[in-house]
Amino acid sequence: MAELVTMPKLGFDMAEGTLVRWVKAEGDTVEKGDVIAEIETDKATVEVESSFAGVMFKHLAEEGEDLPVNTPIAVVADEGEKPSEDEIESLVSAAGGKTKKAKAPKAEKEPESEEKKSEVEADAAPAEKDEPDVAPAGGVRSSPLARRIASDKDVDLSDVQGSGPRGRIVKKDIEAYLDSMRSEGREEEAEAVGRALQPIAFSTGEIPEDQVVAMSRLRQAISRRMQDSNQNFPHFYLTREYKTGALMQMRKDINALLPEADKVSVNDFIIKAVALALRQYPNLNARIEDDSHIRRFGQVNIGVAVAVEGGLMTVVVENADQKPIRLIGREVREMAERAREGKVRNEDIMGSTFSISNLGMFGIDEFAAIINPPEAAILAVSAVQDKPVVEDGELKVGSRMKATLSADHRVTDGAEAAEFMQVLANYLEEPMRLFL
Amino acid sequence: MARMTMREAISRALWEEMERDESVFIMGEEVGVWGGTYAVTKGFYDHFGPDRVKDTPIAETAIVGGAIGAALTGLRPVAELMTINFAFVAMDHIVNEAAKLHYMFAGQFKLPLVIRATSGGGRQLGATHSQTPDAIFAHFPGLKVVSPGTPADAKGLLKSAIRSDDPVLFIENATLYQVKGEVPEDKDYLEPLGKSKVQREGDDVTIVAYSKMVQAALQAADMLAEDGIEAEVVDLRSLRPLDMDPVIASFKRTNRAVVAEEGWRSFGVGSEVSARIYELAFDYVDAPVKRVAQAEVPLPYNADLEQLALPQVEDIYLAAKEVVYG
Repeated sequence: MAELVTMPKLGFDMAEGTLVRWVKAEGDTVEKGDVIAEIETDKATVEVESSFAGVMFKHLAEEGEDLPVNTPIAVVADEGEKPSEDEIESLVSAAGGKTKKAKAPKAEKEPESEEKKSEVEADAAPAEKDEPDVAPAGGVRSSPLARRIASDKDVDLSDVQGSGPRGRIVKKDIEAYLDSMRSEGREEEAEAVGRALQPIAFSTGEIPEDQVVAMSRLRQAISRRMQDSNQNFPHFYLTREYKTGALMQMRKDINALLPEADKVSVNDFIIKAVALALRQYPNLNARIEDDSHIRRFGQVNIGVAVAVEGGLMTVVVENADQKPIRLIGREVREMAERAREGKVRNEDIMGSTFSISNLGMFGIDEFAAIINPPEAAILAVSAVQDKPVVEDGELKVGSRMKATLSADHRVTDGAEAAEFMQVLANYLEEPMRLFL
Repeated sequence: MARMTMREAISRALWEEMERDESVFIMGEEVGVWGGTYAVTKGFYDHFGPDRVKDTPIAETAIVGGAIGAALTGLRPVAELMTINFAFVAMDHIVNEAAKLHYMFAGQFKLPLVIRATSGGGRQLGATHSQTPDAIFAHFPGLKVVSPGTPADAKGLLKSAIRSDDPVLFIENATLYQVKGEVPEDKDYLEPLGKSKVQREGDDVTIVAYSKMVQAALQAADMLAEDGIEAEVVDLRSLRPLDMDPVIASFKRTNRAVVAEEGWRSFGVGSEVSARIYELAFDYVDAPVKRVAQAEVPLPYNADLEQLALPQVEDIYLAAKEVVYG
C-alpha cells in the first residue's frame, strides 16, 4: 500500500521548510528509519526518516523548494507496487494536500544480477558473501571505525581504496591514505586535515571595504523572534548575587568520582536548581495563551542557549526537575554537540518552557537576556568569581555569581519573580537540596 | 602455588570450604560412597560423614528442591547435578524458585546455594547428554552463572560461589577436568564472581571465550602468533553478571573480535557479547564480530561427526584470521 511522506513539522513555530536534498532517489529501496531527505528549517538542517518500508516510488517535490509543513513530498510504495497518478492524487487529497502535476517516475532500474547461492548452510547465521552486492547508502563500504577516523581527519571516503571484503574501507586503508598524502609531498595538506587554519590578520595599512553578507535562515529566525520578543513582551529585570562556594566544592567532589566524559558543569547544577525552583513558581514556567489565559506548563523543560556558527540555538532538557544532574549534563553535552555540528534533532530543540543563557565562561560579570518567546522568563547567568565580600562584619574572599531574570510583566510581577530568585538561592547556596 | 588438574582444584575448593564452615554440605547422585561420577568428591564421605555428604535418589527435582529448602534454613548446600542436561528436569526449581525467592520475598530470605553441573560434549555421550545449554540459564535474572576455564579460576570461583549468599549455577566442562595449571594453595584464595579476566594480552584481535573455549582460544592465539597476529584472550568466567569492561577495553584497541562458545550460535553467548560490543563500541568496529560455535544440529554420537560439529581450535584461528583480513 503506497504511503505519503510529508514535510515534517519540526517545532511548534515551524511553518515551512526547504527540501535541501533527496537522499533516496526514485526507485531506491527504503527501510523504515532510513534517511530519505534533508530538510532545512530556520533552526537547523534535519534529516527526514521514513516511517515506512518499501521503494521510493516518486518525489512530489524538487530540491530547493520551500514547502509548508504537512505538504506531501514523496510516495513510498511496496516492492513491485505501481500506484497510478489518480491513486496518488486521491492519497494526496485524502491527506488534505495538493501537489503539482508531478513528473513521470523514472523507468524501474534493472535489478542488479544476483547470484543465488544454491547451498544453504544448515547454520542459521547468514554468511556475509550471501548478501546481494548492492553498495550501501552513500555508495562507499566502510567500517564504523573507518568512518569515524575519516570524519575526524576530514578525509573523503570516496578517495580511499578499500582492502576489506567487497572493497570495505577499514582503519588501515585510511591510515595508508594519510601516509600516501604525506609521502606525495602533500605534507601540509596531511597536517592540516581536521583543522582549517585561519590566516592571522595583521594591519598592512589597507582598510578592507564594507561587506554585505546574506543572513542565514537561522540568523533570520533569531532576528525575527528577538525583535518580536523585545518589542511585544514587556520585560522587567531582577539581578541577584548568589554565594557559590558550597556549589563549587560540591562540583569538585562529585567530579572527582566521575569519569572525564561525565564531568558535570556549573551550568548543569543551575539547570537543576532552576527546574526545582520553577516547580514552586509555576507562573514563571508558563506562556501567554490568549488575551485572557495563561498556560502553566505541567512539564519543566529547560532550554539552554548554545552558541553555534552564525547564531544560537536553544537545546531542551525535558523534565529537568526529575533528572539527576549527571544525566542533565550528559544530555546538554550531546545536544550541544549536535547543535554545533548542524545535526540537531527535532526533539533536541522542541518544547522548552523556560530558558537559561550562561555567558560565565566568557568572564561576563552581569547581563540581561531577551525572553525566548513564547516563554515567560529567561535567566541570564554570569561568571563565578572569587571576590572580596563582607561576612559577619569581616572582609573575606568569597565565591559569587550573578544572575539576572528577565520576566514578562504580562504573566508575572516583580514580587513573585523576586521570590523565585530567592528560592533559587536556597538551591544554589545549599546545593545538597538538589539531591533531596 | 601447586600444579594440579581442574578436578583437584574443584575438589580442594569444596574440601576447604567444608572444613572452614560447618554449614556447607554436598548432596547429589553418587557423591558419597562412590566418590562422585567424576571423582571430585572422592574421600569426602569418609572424612565428613553421611550428614554432610548426602547421596540422593536419581531425582533432580528433589536434589535442587531439597537444596533450596536447606539454603532457606541457613545451610550452605552444594548440590551436584551429574550433568547440566538433567537440570531441565529441575528447571522450575532453578529458574522459578532459586532465581526468584530472594526477590519475591523482598529480601527476607537469602539463598546461599551452589548447583554444580558438568556441561559440554565430545565424549560420545549422545545428543541428550552432550549439550552446552549454559546461555539458557544466564537468561534468568536472579541466578549467577559461573563457568571457569582454568584450574586456578575453578578453585577461586567455586570458593566465592560457596561463600556467596546468592544462588550460583557453577558449570564445569567435563573435558577440562584433566587440564593442569598452577593453583594458589591459600585457603582464602578467592576469585570474584561477575568479573571477566584477560588470560593473554595482544593488540590485533580480541578473542572472547569462557570455559573450554578459553583453552581452545589460548591454543589458537599461539597459532596466530606464528602468523604475526597477537590475539588478546578475554575469559568471561561468569555469564551472569556479565562483565563487558575488559572486552570493551580490549576491543577499543583491537577493533576486531571473535566470540567462541561451545554451545549453539543462535541466541547464545556470542550473540549477547557481540550485540553488546556493537552497542558499547560501535565507533570502534573495523570488521563484523565473528561468532564461533557448535553446528546447529543435535550433537552426533559418531566420534568424527561429533568433533566436526563441535567448535575447534582451528575454527577460532580461522575466524580470527578472517576478522583481521589476514
